[in-house]
Amino acid sequence: MEEQRSDSVPLSVAYMADMPYDYHAGFYYSRFLMELRDNKRIYGVKCPRCGKIYVPPRVVCRDCFVTMVEFVPVGNEGTLLAFTVTNFPYTDTTRGEPKNIPYTAAYIKLDGSDSNIVHCLEETDEKKIKAGLRVRAVFSETRTGDYFHDIDHFEIIH
Amino acid sequence: MKNRVGIVGVGQTHHKSRNTDCKGQELIGIAVKRALESAELTMADIDSIVIGNMDHFESINYVDMWSVDGSGGYMKPIMKVTTGGTTGSAVGHAGFYHAASGLFDTVLAIGWEQNSESDTTAAISTCFDPIVEREFCGGAIGPLAAQYTAYMSKYGATEEDAALVSVRDHNNAAQCNPYAHLRQAITVEEVMKSPYISYPMKLLDMCPRSDGACAVIFAVEDKARRITERPAWILGVGDCHILVQVADGIGLANLPSLERAAGEAYKMAGITDPYRQFDVAELYVPASTAGVTWMEALGLCEEGGGPRLIRSGMTNMDGELPINPSGGVLATNPIGATGLIRIGEAALQVMGKAEKKQVEGAKVVVATGFGGCFWSDVTVISASPQLD
Repeated sequence: MEEQRSDSVPLSVAYMADMPYDYHAGFYYSRFLMELRDNKRIYGVKCPRCGKIYVPPRVVCRDCFVTMVEFVPVGNEGTLLAFTVTNFPYTDTTRGEPKNIPYTAAYIKLDGSDSNIVHCLEETDEKKIKAGLRVRAVFSETRTGDYFHDIDHFEIIH
Repeated sequence: MKNRVGIVGVGQTHHKSRNTDCKGQELIGIAVKRALESAELTMADIDSIVIGNMDHFESINYVDMWSVDGSGGYMKPIMKVTTGGTTGSAVGHAGFYHAASGLFDTVLAIGWEQNSESDTTAAISTCFDPIVEREFCGGAIGPLAAQYTAYMSKYGATEEDAALVSVRDHNNAAQCNPYAHLRQAITVEEVMKSPYISYPMKLLDMCPRSDGACAVIFAVEDKARRITERPAWILGVGDCHILVQVADGIGLANLPSLERAAGEAYKMAGITDPYRQFDVAELYVPASTAGVTWMEALGLCEEGGGPRLIRSGMTNMDGELPINPSGGVLATNPIGATGLIRIGEAALQVMGKAEKKQVEGAKVVVATGFGGCFWSDVTVISASPQLD
């Protein structure tokens, strides 16, 4: 790196191929996505040992490492734990396009859940947002089985 | 552990934003050559190799194979370790385990990254679950920024507290570290005036992404003593993975994985009063905000005491416990190497080879690694094979 190399200019080779993926949602996420799509309800799953409720539903309890089978609905409202107003450019890896910015990432504990979810807040003025606020899910009119679309955003409950 | 293990050689590249004049293998080769030279060894002395990076930054798979030109691993055992942000510290720990197990006497650990070859934040975003998390997790920046909103609400920390960390680390790099990527002194005012990239994180609060490599050589006790008069002994290691999903960790104002990993490493090393026993700390602080919030998990202050410790100036180069004499991650971040650089810098301190970064009389140093969904590694390194 430090030594003087030849007179030639270093070249680079661009790699621009699309590499699409098709992620399998599995039974647990599929149930979660179908409830959002068909009933505008948010479902979690309950640990038979410790009773913790996880949203989105997952197969095993992270603490007990036992299979969870009991699906339970949780609230469409919750508490904002943390947030950030993201305002820098990067590539949206789902669509392969520049990310739409700004957006407010919201980390939320829904009522009745013991884990947290990430989604977005409609509000992007950080002066109007504070950890601890109450928030509510706002569903899209047309729903397709996509968590980030079927819940359009969360709104602050005033 | 079966065998006592010491670090006998450390090498790193001059890290930069965009290293266009060599390929990844050559970058690795520079760090390896410097590590061998520092220990006065040759490749023939190396019994096995551990190497790591984050595959998706370069989209080069089989890095263990692809890197042989640089790693020197021709006809040697090579293991690839890749654990996100902790890749470098995990590579270091795996190097230690290889030697401590008694299977290999001298082990070369390598971390590297050519981050400029791709969109770093997009690549990091692929770490998050595509169905329920990826859409709104903006790389490493978003979750770290969000965590600080929780900490500020809980403990009354401010954006100025984070700026003090940024100034400390940037200025250490500028004054002390010729290998650092960013070597410009900054002021609190400049940090506060820099634009929000992800509220409450400003441009000068966040680490860069760098091209660079680091190599560290581990040796079992009798070899280590023959190679150098002053090995850097590994007294304790701790690793802790924690979360299924990143959202579980944000909203926690604290970092329980670091607390657990520190507990394990301290128990192994015999550390009972970390603030007094450590002479230096090389902490994986990827954002200035984390420099405020994570010290308590290491037992360096009480819960919620981060802001007070930062404001006291005691973590500056002339304080009681200098943190990041190298400038840390805020100045240099070739991601797969970053955690290993912390271990290497900690070793240089106790070997008395840290040059302008040297904290006089450094005997016991802690190094950390941080990754992905808020998991942690801790390493305790000492000038003596056991604590007095």
